[in-house]
Amino acid sequence: MAFNHKHLIDMREYSAEDITLLLDTAERFKAINERRIKKVPVLKGYTIVNMFNEPSTRTRSSFEIAEKRLSCDTLNFGGSSTSTVKGESLDDTVETLCSYKIDMIVVRDKHAGVPQKVARKSGVSVIDAGDGKHQHPTQALLDLYSIRDHKGTIEGLNVGIVGDINHSRVCGSLVPSLKTMGAKVTLIAPGTLLPPAPEALGADFVTSNLDEALPELDVVYMLRIQQERLEGAPFPSLREYSTLFGLNERREKLMRPDAIICHPGPINRGVELDAYMADHAQRSVILDQVYAGVLVRMAALYLLLGGSEEGM
Amino acid sequence: MALLLKNAHVIDPQVGLNEVCEILIRDGKIVEVGHDLNLEKGVERDLGGKVVVPGLVDIHVHLRDPGQEYKEDIETGTRAAAHGGFTDVCCMPNTNPIIDTGAVVEYVRSKAARVGKCRVHVSGACTKGEKGEALSEMGDMVAHGAVMFTDDGRGVQDAGMMRRVMDYAVQFGKAVSSHCQDEGLVGSGQINEGAVSTRLGLLGWPSAGEEIQISRDIEISALTGCRLHIQHLSTAHGLDLVRRGKSDGVEVTCEVTPHHMFLTEESIAEDYDTRFKVNPPLRSAEDAEAVIAGVVDGTVDCIVTDHAPHADHEKAREFELAPFGMTGIETSVGLVVSNLVNTGKISWERMVELMSVNPRRIIGIERVAIEPGCRADLTVIDPDLKWTVTEDDFESYAKNSGFLGWELTGRATDVYVGGYATMQDGVITDEPIHL
Repeated sequence: MAFNHKHLIDMREYSAEDITLLLDTAERFKAINERRIKKVPVLKGYTIVNMFNEPSTRTRSSFEIAEKRLSCDTLNFGGSSTSTVKGESLDDTVETLCSYKIDMIVVRDKHAGVPQKVARKSGVSVIDAGDGKHQHPTQALLDLYSIRDHKGTIEGLNVGIVGDINHSRVCGSLVPSLKTMGAKVTLIAPGTLLPPAPEALGADFVTSNLDEALPELDVVYMLRIQQERLEGAPFPSLREYSTLFGLNERREKLMRPDAIICHPGPINRGVELDAYMADHAQRSVILDQVYAGVLVRMAALYLLLGGSEEGM
Repeated sequence: MALLLKNAHVIDPQVGLNEVCEILIRDGKIVEVGHDLNLEKGVERDLGGKVVVPGLVDIHVHLRDPGQEYKEDIETGTRAAAHGGFTDVCCMPNTNPIIDTGAVVEYVRSKAARVGKCRVHVSGACTKGEKGEALSEMGDMVAHGAVMFTDDGRGVQDAGMMRRVMDYAVQFGKAVSSHCQDEGLVGSGQINEGAVSTRLGLLGWPSAGEEIQISRDIEISALTGCRLHIQHLSTAHGLDLVRRGKSDGVEVTCEVTPHHMFLTEESIAEDYDTRFKVNPPLRSAEDAEAVIAGVVDGTVDCIVTDHAPHADHEKAREFELAPFGMTGIETSVGLVVSNLVNTGKISWERMVELMSVNPRRIIGIERVAIEPGCRADLTVIDPDLKWTVTEDDFESYAKNSGFLGWELTGRATDVYVGGYATMQDGVITDEPIHL
């Protein structure tokens, strides 16, 4: 199947075939990750810059592991050492990096639209590792992978996303991709945490009543309350938020017997999820999502850079 | 020196002119308008195929001088104005320092008299430092020639402060012009709130953030009797509020920009093009249509550009960090003629009202009509000239236009200020003008 993408920035540009190919490729990489030696030379000689202009632990380490397992050469760039701290413009930073003759930039930035800008300026392949409250495509892919892995398919599923939709770059990628794959999406949040136009993301239903929505859902996707990204106070207290929108043992009776729980991590235990639900052996797929992160990132790197089949 | 303009299609609704005739100018004033005029000594100009109107006025421009000359200065800004067909501009006070004293008004006016290519009128800040906390020295600024008061770029946040501003400004007979932006609602909003802001993950700047202050200031105008001018109106409902205010007898006028008429939030697209980041933001297609409808039906009093020059390195930043604003003074006439006049949406007479007659009335400067005795401030427009908007064509020091690449029909070719040409056949003249 032809894969005609240079960048992974906007999930809305990815068709169901593209997404399926990415997920299938990730599944093939799973076999490698189960071996004792988890490294293949398929991207040997490619240079990738991980440009993390905003703090990130999970996404950054997941990308690094994926890159290393594909034998890429990587340069980690960002944090307090970024040249932007010294007043260099983003454009100049990107041009400087490109002078090293690199093949790809993986970029995380607190400002929406930066990956597009980096792609335009650099001319190399770009993966958006999260931009502002816009998109986070590899997060969406690992979510889709985990959902497909546990439910067998994505088409026809009822997926509910609960929490801070408005500040969530996860939703910016996940909701359109779920729609592309044929799922029905319900957004569940108070008005203060909803975007101005939820339908623009592709949501089918919007509600502020978790208890009413829960019995319909095959997948309950709990978002992290991002206390670092909340302007003003969108709810009166964590206690009230947790009472209205937290998934806890008390609410389990409202869930379908086979409904699963996803969370992008890190969890605020006791806020959006209690320990019972977060660690629920049958329902919680949260750690599988973390593993899937490595797999889908390997698949994305491999497909975008057109790696060879040798050594697979 | 005498000058005879021949064969031009002269249009001035103030005196009921709409015909091909001649204009005789002597010592900076129009001395005769008619046919077969006799010029014994002087210069004749054949303006066959062109339209001559009373000099165009843009009452909302940012000349960035003093303090931000790396974006634009009075010389480049007024050259751009002349190039765009304007005889007069009114500049905004959000410079550095803020124009909030007579001394800064004096600086702008004297520098403009020295290096300017058009008449420059000054809007002073209505509160000290545009901080919205204390009245500025409006009397001092009026003594040095200020024509209007505004905290443009910010707006006065507190209703009580706005009342004090208008209560105080009444004595000078000047309008208070209002940049309507409720900071509580707008916050750090980047683009119009709605589907596009949701899709792009950018903070929204809701229409209500503008409308709530339009509504508030109309009430305060009614309360104080101070003339109110609403700046860069961008929403359908905002226009309704002005329409209602007018029918209630409130002395309220409003302005709109070409970019709010001819561009929409959809222009921003998926590439986060910062040229389209303006304040107030580009709105929906319905809003743009309503704004044009207001221009057609008479609710809108004037067209301005909110010419907002920025340096390349500023607009090259991340969308959320780039400054608001686009240039416009060199594309305004072309856009209006192409999209409104040539399409038959408005008449030439209406265009003259919107871009010449009403702006002068709002800022209270001398009437300019095409009749004997008036000063010879004239704009000559070639209504059929086809041209493409390019960076190289700009006299402005800045290039941040949202209309680059647009193909337009119609542009100003000649401008006379007090009988002196500031632009001739599309080229800015070198000789100084005598203001």
